[in-house]
Parts: sequence; structure tokens; C-alpha cells
Amino acid sequence: MADQTVPLGNSLGAAYPSSGTFLEWLHSWVVTVDHKKLGILYIAYGLFFLLVAGAEAMVIRYQLAFPNNHFVSPEAYNQIFTMHGTTMVFLAGMPIIFGLANYMVPLMIGARDMAFPRLNAFSFWLTAFGGLLLYFSFIGGFGLYGMGNAPDAGWFAYAPLTGSAFSPGHSMDYWALALIVAGFGTLGTAINIVATTLSMRCRGMTLTRMPLFVWLMLIVSAMTLLTITPLTAAQVMLLLDRYLGAHFFDAQAGGAPMLWIHFFWIFGHPEVYVLVLPAFAIANEVIPVFSRKAIFGYPAMVAASAGIGFVSFTVWAHHMFTVGMSWVGNTFFVLSTMVVGIFTGIKIFNWIATMWGGSIVFATPMLFCIAFVFQMLLAGLTGIMLSVAPWDWQLHNSYFLIAHFHYVLVGVIVIAIFAAFYYWYPKATGRMLSERLGKWHFWLFVIGFHVTFDTMHFVGILGMPRSIYTYQADRGWNTLNLVISLGAFLQGIAVAIFVWNLIYSYFRGQEAGSDPWDAWTLEWATPSPPPAYNFATEPEVRSRRPLWDLKHPSDPDWKYEA
Amino acid sequence: MQHQPSFSPIRCALALAVFLFAAASSAFADGPQATPSIFAPAASPAHEIYSLSLFVLAITGAIFVAVASLLVYAVVRFRGGKEARHEPPQIYGSMQVELAWTVIPIIIVLVLFLTTTRVIFAVQNGAEPESALDVVVIGHQFWWEFRYPKLGIVTANELHIPVSSKLEPQPTFLRLISADVDHSFWVPQLSGKTDLIPNHPNQMWIEPETPGLYLGQCAQFCGMEHAKMLIRVYVDTDQQFAAWVKEQQQPAADVAAAAAGRQVFETEACMNCHTIAGTAARGTVGPDLTHLMSRATIASGTVLNTPQNLHAWIQDPNNFKPGALMPAMQLTDQQLDQVVAYLTTLH
Repeated sequence: MADQTVPLGNSLGAAYPSSGTFLEWLHSWVVTVDHKKLGILYIAYGLFFLLVAGAEAMVIRYQLAFPNNHFVSPEAYNQIFTMHGTTMVFLAGMPIIFGLANYMVPLMIGARDMAFPRLNAFSFWLTAFGGLLLYFSFIGGFGLYGMGNAPDAGWFAYAPLTGSAFSPGHSMDYWALALIVAGFGTLGTAINIVATTLSMRCRGMTLTRMPLFVWLMLIVSAMTLLTITPLTAAQVMLLLDRYLGAHFFDAQAGGAPMLWIHFFWIFGHPEVYVLVLPAFAIANEVIPVFSRKAIFGYPAMVAASAGIGFVSFTVWAHHMFTVGMSWVGNTFFVLSTMVVGIFTGIKIFNWIATMWGGSIVFATPMLFCIAFVFQMLLAGLTGIMLSVAPWDWQLHNSYFLIAHFHYVLVGVIVIAIFAAFYYWYPKATGRMLSERLGKWHFWLFVIGFHVTFDTMHFVGILGMPRSIYTYQADRGWNTLNLVISLGAFLQGIAVAIFVWNLIYSYFRGQEAGSDPWDAWTLEWATPSPPPAYNFATEPEVRSRRPLWDLKHPSDPDWKYEA
Repeated sequence: MQHQPSFSPIRCALALAVFLFAAASSAFADGPQATPSIFAPAASPAHEIYSLSLFVLAITGAIFVAVASLLVYAVVRFRGGKEARHEPPQIYGSMQVELAWTVIPIIIVLVLFLTTTRVIFAVQNGAEPESALDVVVIGHQFWWEFRYPKLGIVTANELHIPVSSKLEPQPTFLRLISADVDHSFWVPQLSGKTDLIPNHPNQMWIEPETPGLYLGQCAQFCGMEHAKMLIRVYVDTDQQFAAWVKEQQQPAADVAAAAAGRQVFETEACMNCHTIAGTAARGTVGPDLTHLMSRATIASGTVLNTPQNLHAWIQDPNNFKPGALMPAMQLTDQQLDQVVAYLTTLH
């Protein structure tokens, strides 16, 4: 393969000492400060919680498959949908994304590790213990209904339902504390990524030559610093309310529940972009490689991403069109929200333009990315519909809204994460994922996704609100809900195939070599898996695609990049 | 581009979608429906919202067709052969093209924004006419209290409002407040939703066109029985509404045959939470029961208001609504029968 032509990947010896007892092996993972091992820990941890929260989604869908179903009790249902949302955002989405950034950013910028390796380890373990703390509530949270009481106020946890008057016991404390702990972990990693990209780039890697993946992770990390902070502040206020008699949100004592809504969405909306920009980042790497063309409009892509980053801090109240804002407030947030659509449009057009004139290879990562672009288009258009405040008065908190944000979170983010797994798994393990299983995974998942979430829009238009554990049989929602649930089970089967693929290919997968996709960024210049020190000698780059330059010495990129 | 065979699946899908939407909207013609579709408006501002939503659907639908066609075309046209190992020509970008697909969306956004602003202004800035009916809506875990301050009426879960006509506009203005946690008042055929937030009074208005029963429910998660916090809005003709008002303004019926039940009600814990006008019961925690039998349902629209259901409810509300704040009353069978007999006289 192409690695012979690439001198950067010289090995200095064994990557990791392979001898040793199980305990030594375990110890090496617990004490590691290597960004690659921490990246794998993050991703494995996130994947575990993706499966847990996915199982919770299956319970939700079984309960709602039929009207007046009693598969779970109302209190169990409320706990499960709260934990599903909280887990997916904080314990599955964020760790997988930051795990990817951890693994890839140093490799892509030709560095040997993150700027602060110990902070990196500390951040991971904070996040890990935050998740364990949250789930311990199922055993230890003595709540309104007795022992074993998980948080049950929704992932948005609107006050004053979370106050001690309406949520006695400790379930909300587990929720607040777990997110504070995990949030500090996230902040540590975000600081680390910003510092790494700004100060650890190899020779020749100017900011305008950074791979777009690194650019977007830089923007995401900077946003994270600003967005996790108000959430943490709000959690502290909530705990003060609950234990020290503060009255931030306590309506009976004159507090303002509106304040929580503002705080939550000042966090919550940028958080959506913190999750979705990494999905864009993945597509920015995969689509060019499998179209065999350079990304179209690199400066426009950077500008649009930075634009989304800025604008995302001015749109939070589009989650609040129904709280009774003045018409001035409503129109402002309509406009700011629609502006996001302009930036997103630029990105979609650039991805299509990258494919245009290319020679598209339909490997599994590319299949997922094509589905990603299609679903991003639809998610963006339903986002425009929701940004129209009067229509949002109808659609808000209906299943249309649930369909829209699952289009973003599943159809865009999870799909892109799958693409990333198929694309970079060979780099991290040295073995290819099975393409045959991958195609089963892709088709079952995409079909299941559309059966579920396309249908969900309609049931929302027919007036079904979110967060309800059951519904009346005469509302005309029965068939649609059954279809939604069947699609969900199809996605569950697809994910099972994916997990089997991860395990099977680890032992039986085809040897990958250092550069199985004939790609262009620096991580493919190292062996698979990369040695602890990443690069034997510091690479020097002259363009955005250093491996392209090496593979095509007669026609290098740096001739064309301004 | 028009003649690429790859376009036909998209066209089919689009035709199907248009058909589905058309079927959905025509199936729910005028008037009240069992399915509370937002595409079957029967009042202002639901009508204005519906018209706006059709406009937005047309624009977003056109964008979808254009961009999805480009995507499908690119994927089909530029698929690589199995062993093609020639790298295609590398193109790095084009300022003109980037500018084009930035400016066109900006124009579309401007159009959408201005159209939206008009409807926001029309809905939020209308002055309240003299003829308007005022209703105070109070959200409780997990039921609705409706107060008509000018008419001296207090009722629960089933809202009666008069129909409005072009000649004699008679909109209803709802002041929305909450007794405990956040709720949201949503009857899709009549209007969009507005939240009920403690210490944050809100307002909305409805101007219904067709009499009948309209269904909705709480749209903001408010705790364990959020799913069974249903709303029934009766849009009455002028005569129906006048008759209903007259009936509601009467004091509670006092039927001698039900005196035993009344005594149970007034001596057991019932009276701590419920009001029955003209009796000792003046509680304000639970729904007003003065004219209980004028309501078609109990438990906030969960079950029909029949003596059997009342019996089961009072015995243990968990029978219908586990998590309802009313406790099981622990009455003897005889007391239970007497109370139900009394309640069924409260017309």
C-alpha cells in the first residue's frame, strides 16, 4: 500500500509492550495519559452508553407502540425518557465526539500527544465517574417513589418541577451533580483541544493548512468552554435552591422558573452545534477521500463553521417561542435562527460540489456520509419550519419537534459517527471492519431511521405532544406509533450488527495497513495502530493534503493553494 | 439534467408526500375532529398559522427538491468504476459559486422572515375588543381550572367558549397562570400553544368559527400524569353558551334524597380540597364540583363521567391515573355509594 512511499511512519520498535499479565494490561489503561488510549477509552465509554440509552429508547417505543399500554408504569417511563435524553447527550454523544477529537487531532496536526496529557486523563475519568454517578441513582437515589429512583423531570429539567417541593428525594441531586462532574471533564478536554491545535502543530501546518476536522474541533472546543459554563452555573443554583433555601427558581418564594429556561437553552442550543459540528467534521474528511477530490471551498467551510459557532449563541430563545415573549423578542430569534440555515446551506452545497466531478467510491464510510448529507438537508428544512415562530407555536413540544431533533442527533450525528467508525477503525486497530456487515448495518439502519423519524413528523402534525407515557386510543395516532416503533426495532437490529462487526473484525478483520483508503491527512502516514509516539520524526507539511503531495510529487497541492 | 432517470424516485416520493398531505388535510375538513390535527384549523389564530405553514412548506419543499436532486445526480453521475484508479481533476473551489449559494439563501431567508413577522405581529398585537370573553386558565398537576371572572363561574377541564362570527366577533382571551409547575395549553385546531409558567402570567386568544368539541392536552412535561392532563374545549353557539352560563351560575343542587352523601362529603376529607358552592366545602386544591354532572368526563378528560367511573375514581384515583394527587379516600362501601349518589345530583 501507499505507506512505502510515505517516510513519516517509520517505526521505532514495538508500538505497545504486548507481554504482561491481565492486571498489567488493565493498569496500563487506567494510568494512561496517551491521547490515543484515552480516545479509545472515551469512545468505548460513549459506545457503552449509546447502547444503554438505545435500550431505553426501545422501552419507550414498546410502551408507545399501542395506546394505553402498560409495559412500564408512568414513573418508570418518565425516568426512562429523562435518562435516555441525558445519557445520549452527555454520556454518549459528547464522549464519542471528544474521544474522536482526542485520537485524531494530534495525529492530524503531526503532534506526539495533546498539550496537557495529564489533564486529558483527568478529564476522561471525571466524565466517566459523572456517568456512573448518574446511573447509580437507579440503585441509590431515594426519591418520591422509594429506593431506586432515577431523575424523572426530562433532560431539560424545567424548574420548578426539579425543586424540592415537586422532586423530593435525591434523584435530581444525582442529575445535577453528575452533570456538574461530567461537565468539568468536558471543559478540561475542550481546553486541551484548543491548546493543542493552537500550539502543537508540526512544521508548516499553518492554521489555513489544518484539516477541516481539526478546524471544526477547535471551534467546537471553544464553543464548549462558553456553553457548558451556564449549565454548570444553573446546576449550582438548582442545588442551592434545593439545599440552602435559595430562591432562584422556587416560584412559591418568588423565584423565576423562566430563569432556568433561559439558562438551560443558553447552554442547550450551542450544545446542539457542539454535537453537530463534529459530525460535519467527519464528513469533511470522509467525503473528499471517497470522492477522490479535495474538499470544495475550504475557506468557505471554515468561515461557515465559525459563523455557525457565533450565531449559535444568539438563537437560544427559539426553544422558547411558546413561553410568552414579546413580538420583538420572537422576531429577533426568528431571524437569528434562519441565519443558521444560510451557513448550513453553504456546507451542504460544498459537500455536493466536492462529490461533483469526483470518482465516488461507495465504501461503507461514504454510504453513511451520503445519507448524512441527505438527512442534514431534511433536518435543516424542518429546522426552518420550526424557526417560523407562529408555526412553532403549533409544532413546539409535539412529536414533529422530536422528529426534527432526532433527525439531527441520529440522522446526522449518529450516522456520521458510524461513518467515522468505519473510516478510522482500521487506523486504531490495524484491521478493517467487515464491508459486508457494514452494508447490512447501513441499509437496515437507514431504512429503520426513515420509517421511524419520517413518520414521527406526521404524528406530531396530528397533535401528539412529547413526554407522554401513553395516549388515548381515539386520537388517530395508533397506526403511526406502531410504524414508528417497528422502525425503531429495525434500527436496534442494525446497531446489534454494528457491535458484532466491531468485535468480529477486531479478531478476524482484514489487515488494514497504514493507509487503507489512500487518504491524504497525516494520521494515515503512521502505522495502524500508531505507536505511542505517533511520528518517529516530526512531519513537515506544505499543503492541506500532505500525503497527496507525497503520492503525487509531480502535481502537489501546494502549487494551487494560495 | 431534467432527463436523468435518477430523478424519478424523487419525483415519486414527492408526489406521494403531496398526496399524503392533501389526503391528511382533506380528511380533516372543517369543524371539530377526533384527531387534533394542526392542518384542520377551526379558529383564529390556527387558521393564520396554517396558511403561513403552507407557504413555508412550499418554499422548503422547493429547496428540498432542488438540492436533493443535485445530490442524487452527483452520486449517480460521478460514481467511480470498480477499478478506476485515475484520480479525477482536483478542483479546490470557486468564489463565484460560493457567492451564488450564499446570496440566494439570504434572499429566501429575508422573504421567510418578513412573512413570519407579519403573522407574529397579527397574532400578538391585536387589541382585545370590548366583546371579548375573559377566562383565567390555571394549570395544576394534572388538571385545568377555568375561571370566568366577569361571569362568576369556576369549572375544570372542560372549557366552554362562544363561537365567533365576522359580523359579531366574540374572541376569548385566556390569561394563563400556573399553580405549581410549568404546563402548556394546546388545542391544535384552535391555536398554537402557550406555556403556563409560575410567576410569569401569559395570554392567548381564540376566535373559533365552528361550534363543536375540540381536543387538546398539556404540552409541557409537568410530572407523573402529564400524559393524562387532557383539555376539552366546547365551542358553543350563542344560545348554547347562554344556557351553559345560566346553569353554571346556579348554586349547587340540593336534593333531599342525597343528603346522606352530602354529609359524608362535608365531614370527610373531600371538603378540604373541593368546592361545592352553597355547602361547607370550599377547598381550592382540586376541581370545583358545583356542577360536576355538567361535565362529560372526569380525571381531566381521562374517563367518561359515569357513576361507575366516579365510584372507581373516589375509591382509588390510581385506578385511572396513577400519580394523581387525590388520595384514595378510604371510605366504606356505604359511604362511597352515598357520595356517588350525591355527586350525581350536581347538575
